Amino acid sequence: MEAASIPQTPTPPQRKLGDVLRDNSLWLIFGLVLVLLAIIDLKEQDNILPLANNIKDGLSVGTIWALIALGYTLVYGIIELINFAHGEVFMIGSFITVSLFVTFGLTEDTALFGLIIGMFAALVIAMLGSGVLNVMIERVAYRPLRGAPKLASLITAIGMSFILQNVGLLWRPTPDSAPDLIKSQVELFTLFGVDVVRSDVFAVAVTIPLLFALLYFVGQTKYGKAMRATAQDPDAARLMGIDVNKTISLTFLLGGLMAGAAGLIYALYNLTIQFNQGFTAGLIAFTAAVMGGIGNLKGAVVGGLLIGFVQQTVESRVDNGSAWAPAVVFAILVLVMVFRPQGLFGEETREG
Amino acid sequence: MSAIRNTFGRVSGLVPFWVWCLVWLLAAIAFGFIGDEVFSDELYDASITTLGYVMMALGLNIVVGFAGLLDLGYVAFYAIGAFMGGWLMSAQFSDRDIHFLVSDVTEKLPGIHLNFFLVIFLAAAVTAFWGAVLGAPTLRLRGDYLAIVTLAFGEIVPRVFELSESGLFGIGSTNWSNGRQGITPVDKPFAPIPGLDEITRLDITPYFFIALFMVVLVLFLNFRLRDSRLGRAWIAVREDEVAAAAMGVNLVRVKLWAYAIGAAIGGFAGAFLGVYRNTVNVDQFEFGFSVFILAMIIIGGMGNIGGVIAGAITLSLFERFALPELNPLTQSLIDFDITAISFGIFGFFLLAMMILRPEGFIPNRRRKMELHEGEDDETATGPGDESLYAVRG
Repeated sequence: MEAASIPQTPTPPQRKLGDVLRDNSLWLIFGLVLVLLAIIDLKEQDNILPLANNIKDGLSVGTIWALIALGYTLVYGIIELINFAHGEVFMIGSFITVSLFVTFGLTEDTALFGLIIGMFAALVIAMLGSGVLNVMIERVAYRPLRGAPKLASLITAIGMSFILQNVGLLWRPTPDSAPDLIKSQVELFTLFGVDVVRSDVFAVAVTIPLLFALLYFVGQTKYGKAMRATAQDPDAARLMGIDVNKTISLTFLLGGLMAGAAGLIYALYNLTIQFNQGFTAGLIAFTAAVMGGIGNLKGAVVGGLLIGFVQQTVESRVDNGSAWAPAVVFAILVLVMVFRPQGLFGEETREG
Repeated sequence: MSAIRNTFGRVSGLVPFWVWCLVWLLAAIAFGFIGDEVFSDELYDASITTLGYVMMALGLNIVVGFAGLLDLGYVAFYAIGAFMGGWLMSAQFSDRDIHFLVSDVTEKLPGIHLNFFLVIFLAAAVTAFWGAVLGAPTLRLRGDYLAIVTLAFGEIVPRVFELSESGLFGIGSTNWSNGRQGITPVDKPFAPIPGLDEITRLDITPYFFIALFMVVLVLFLNFRLRDSRLGRAWIAVREDEVAAAAMGVNLVRVKLWAYAIGAAIGGFAGAFLGVYRNTVNVDQFEFGFSVFILAMIIIGGMGNIGGVIAGAITLSLFERFALPELNPLTQSLIDFDITAISFGIFGFFLLAMMILRPEGFIPNRRRKMELHEGEDDETATGPGDESLYAVRG
């Protein structure tokens, strides 16, 4: 009698080596790949410069995926919806950027001061444009279906994505080139034998302040708190006086802002933009978000950088690499979703 | 609206179901004989492609409509089926010399040349296998994760074909696909009976009847499956996985069968379309095609065989005729080519349908109830609440 009424304190489960390995399996696989690549490089060239170059390129292109992935992860975290049209928001961000460059009359010969002002203005407008577009997408395509089965909103998301892609097609029917404002291939400095060019520095320099601003906003402000509360339990959040609809709109706005910034970086990094860039980019970034554990902001950033590395490695080491890279990334997407839906950091997601 | 439907229901109930089937079949056969003379050649040509799409839609309907597994990568099975047709009925592998039941002309060509009527069933078998293989990883996923995984497969498969110009994954040096050029020409169907012994590209009537024959087969399969034990299990899984499992439905087996049969029909139709178009080209296998087929079954009514057929015919003819017809109008009004944005228009259809009438124009009654579940008590439940498809383990 006595014994039964005392709640048994559960003994903490022994963490076996197998559990530790499984919880960190993605990191382990990634580490193994790094070691393997290093060995290959050492064997073929006596140094690991190719690997170092892959990492550098991966980090800089990864910032683009990270920024887009944040949009997926924010939205999924709050309403458990894959915002399929997010890649298209990023594409529209690129388009706005390049159009603004033309409007402002920015060329490679513009004086530095004007260039900085112009690019900053373009960044702000592209971010706002994409953000507002994302909020509108939510209004039109997702809000009417809040109570319906999840698949319904996934299908409207696809519909939305096609509509936007065709808007892009009407805007620029053929691939367009962006002005090389930052003289992207000019070498800035050499670090351990790796040449760092301007576009690498530019990508990182734009991304880092945005990341910190976003983390601060979500983690420290009242609005961020409302977002986290809504993500945890929309009903309880509503009872606590949080305007759930506004909070969801705000989340879409933030995601759109990041996608707009990614669009600008992409335009200046790749120097070509086209209407169907959003589909592949969206899927790659979604892979990054899943890899980092969907709903996890830091995870999305780390995932983006890792996917950038994978992509650059495949592109530089495999025949026909730039055609294979998306297929490899999608294969990773499938593997992670099936075997490790919690992602890198092992936090339980609601889907996992 | 409902009054009209009730009246229609009463009238159609007067004669048995098989009479209706016979009426439609006779109408289709009559169209096959005189369609190209009464209407235009272009419509006749479009109707053959449409029959191919009808098969595809019926196949996808098994996965999405019956079993409730949103498959966004259906194009993968189109690709596999079409490439089976391309490989087994062309001079692609010119170092081989295999002929089986082919016409005298084809007999002299190098490469693998099997009989069309064998190849379509081979393609169905192979795609069924791949349907199960690609479906297997998704078994532990639900809802949108499942959809994304199938989408990823739909992107990977055509890319693998495209990049296998010399060897598969760098193994061997066989040219599997000619890269972006694709495999062309592909043999014509052949059978030693009048009408099928000398098919030319000038008279496409035989193709219509071959396609019609295939559609009838697929339809028969669909109706029999829907009413079978397996079909009822699919519906049970669609409505509530956990409850179905508790009732003794073997989820793994049932879902894999849905993927395999859905894929088989996709491959069956894919082989036909590859042969009819006389080319197997990677450009055909884009994500947009998966969505095109998905739009057909959503507009028609998921889970309802008649609705799916109507949706497929409508959308296919809409793409082929309505948009080009509208084009002069939009050109003159706002100077803009409306055919360029056909996929945007399908996207709009999807969006509008899901918001206004998610059950489709000719709905399946059960499916309609499922899709509207939780709408009345929306205020009581809320955004993050458990919905029908999101049952989590």
